[in-house]
Amino acid sequence: MQSKALEILVGFFVCLGVAAVFVLTFRVASLDSYGGGDTYSVTAKFANIGGLKTGAAVTMAGVKIGRVRSIQIDPASFEAVVKIDIASSYDKIPEDSSAKILTAGLLGDQYIGLEPGGLDEYLADGSELMLTQGAIVLENLIGQFLSSQTGGEDDKLADAIGKLANSLEQQKAQP
Amino acid sequence: MTGHEQTPDLLVSVRDLRFGYGSRMIYDGVDVDIRRGKVTAIMGPSGTGKTTLLRIIGGQWRPTGGTVLFDGADVHQQNRKALYRMRQRMGMLFQNGALLTDLTVFDNVAYPLREHTKLAEALIRDIVLMKLEAVGLRGARDLYPEELSGGMSRRVALARAIALDPDMVMYDEPFTGQDPISMGVLMRLIRSLNTSLGITSVVVSHDVEEVLSIADYAYIVAGGKVLDHGTPDQIRGSESALVRQFLEGRPDGPVPFHYKAPPLEQDLMGDAR
Amino acid sequence: MNGIRLVLTNFLSGLGRAQFFLLGVLSAIGPALLRPRIIVRQLYMIGVLSLVIIVISGMFIGMVLALQMANTLDRFGAEDAVGVIVALAVIRELGPVVTALLFAGRAGSALAAEIGLMRATDQLSAMEMMAVDPMRRVVAPRFIAGVISLPLLTAIFSVMAIGVAGGHLIAVDLLGGDTGTYWSQIHANVDLTDLRQCFIKSAVFGAVINWIAMYQGYHAPPTSEGVSTATTSTVVVSSLSILALDFVLTAFMFR
Repeated sequence: MQSKALEILVGFFVCLGVAAVFVLTFRVASLDSYGGGDTYSVTAKFANIGGLKTGAAVTMAGVKIGRVRSIQIDPASFEAVVKIDIASSYDKIPEDSSAKILTAGLLGDQYIGLEPGGLDEYLADGSELMLTQGAIVLENLIGQFLSSQTGGEDDKLADAIGKLANSLEQQKAQP
Repeated sequence: MTGHEQTPDLLVSVRDLRFGYGSRMIYDGVDVDIRRGKVTAIMGPSGTGKTTLLRIIGGQWRPTGGTVLFDGADVHQQNRKALYRMRQRMGMLFQNGALLTDLTVFDNVAYPLREHTKLAEALIRDIVLMKLEAVGLRGARDLYPEELSGGMSRRVALARAIALDPDMVMYDEPFTGQDPISMGVLMRLIRSLNTSLGITSVVVSHDVEEVLSIADYAYIVAGGKVLDHGTPDQIRGSESALVRQFLEGRPDGPVPFHYKAPPLEQDLMGDAR
Repeated sequence: MNGIRLVLTNFLSGLGRAQFFLLGVLSAIGPALLRPRIIVRQLYMIGVLSLVIIVISGMFIGMVLALQMANTLDRFGAEDAVGVIVALAVIRELGPVVTALLFAGRAGSALAAEIGLMRATDQLSAMEMMAVDPMRRVVAPRFIAGVISLPLLTAIFSVMAIGVAGGHLIAVDLLGGDTGTYWSQIHANVDLTDLRQCFIKSAVFGAVINWIAMYQGYHAPPTSEGVSTATTSTVVVSSLSILALDFVLTAFMFR
């Protein structure tokens, strides 16, 4: 009734579409980053999380092992409480590992890097990472640099950096 | 005349049919009987909703009042499944054929068979070729509907309408816009299907002479009522002024030449105001 | 005042009829699945015939995006991010939306015209009188084919825009970027959530476009003017619906 050619064309179309879906899933998207598998969650407190967002990556030695589930404020200490989901396959992470908030490249996204400790006890669901280092905030850094430079001869440079810091501060305050 | 007489000889009986769109009444109490194995003609001026009657009998449209019995069962009280079974016993020939344009002539005729039977393809082929032979278009089986003339489309549609060997075929204006030759072909076909296969036929038309020459019984419908009914001879001898006007094709009479309007003088004066 | 009321009641009754139509379509899907050959034919009419326009548009949109981004990002020394921006823009927004808009223009209008003409030439009535439900034989197979086709077309569009000829061609072959960096940057920044949302969007768009197109065709007045109006309003209404729905879906899915 309908020609074979038509059926072949439709088959070709469906193959092409499915192939495209596969390319997108394996070539474009990173399979490992999606929290589809089993995870366990641990918390970490940071003095300042900078621009960290939920969904940000959690890595160890550069390998992605989990992602940030939620970010809240501890009402008592006013620290940021970050809840992290780690894939269950990584269940031998020493309990005294430390967490740092790092930046991918100069302007990139912020993520959490874990550095392994040496204990024989491992992180489990509900553990807390005790050793943390918050985000490095560019403005603070510049401020520190300036105070260490005061009294020096290159006033012009200090001036320029001071203006830069101010404008950064203002921009941050605006939105 | 009200109430249904259960004569086995009636295939369809329409009683006190009322139908209208909004405030406009198409039918206002119409009784029609379709006898088994006969050709019944329904005639009337254009715009009197003759096609509507066929659609109501086929259960496509629901009347505002009255009943339609098909073989003793009320068409409009059936559930979907029963209605569809009923429709398999009715064939309908639409005015322009209404062939499915993406199928060939062969596939069009095979369509109802493929939908409603589990016959082997070889058997379907035989049936389709026989039906096409009956309408004289076996040679056109591989053409597409757009390659057919109007008369040929109707003949293919007729082959399709009789593919399932229905009890009744309804013809909607089969002669409109046909040249004399294909009109003659269609007339002979309707008559011969009726006599050879015993198919009950309902022909809706306003081509008076042609229809009366093949019909066993005729109804004349106008203004939402049945004006007259009887055998072709009785109709031809009718005394009713309206029937006479219709039969003789006079431009003015009980059906006025002018559409309803206020008097001309008043209209012209009103415009000048 | 009366005019406004008439427009309003017409609008509301049209909307209501469209919902009943959708219910009819959905309930006819089950029986329609029993006739896969009709669906295959519609996949051809709807999917295969839309392939060329989708492939070509995908290539050009990927190329122009990459070109624009490369010029700007170059100033910050961040031209490595071209791939990421093209990929995210295409997968999150442009892929589903542009494909759907093209699909509405190409397949939606054709569907509305086809169904409208079938109505005008009594083909739908003839089917009913042959005891064949046009909802099951005509409308539902086209609906199913649309819901299958659009996500596939979106995937093809996205691959074209990001990889084969679009962004990759500009970023790597023309601007001298590195293939490895291009892909690894994309790989690190696009995840399956983005893809899943992309496909949810396009399946919804496919259903909505076909719903609108077939409703317009099915209820078109049986005149040439009626059919042409149905075709036009299919494109207009479905384009607007796509853009509005895209906003709503994005707002829902990206928290």
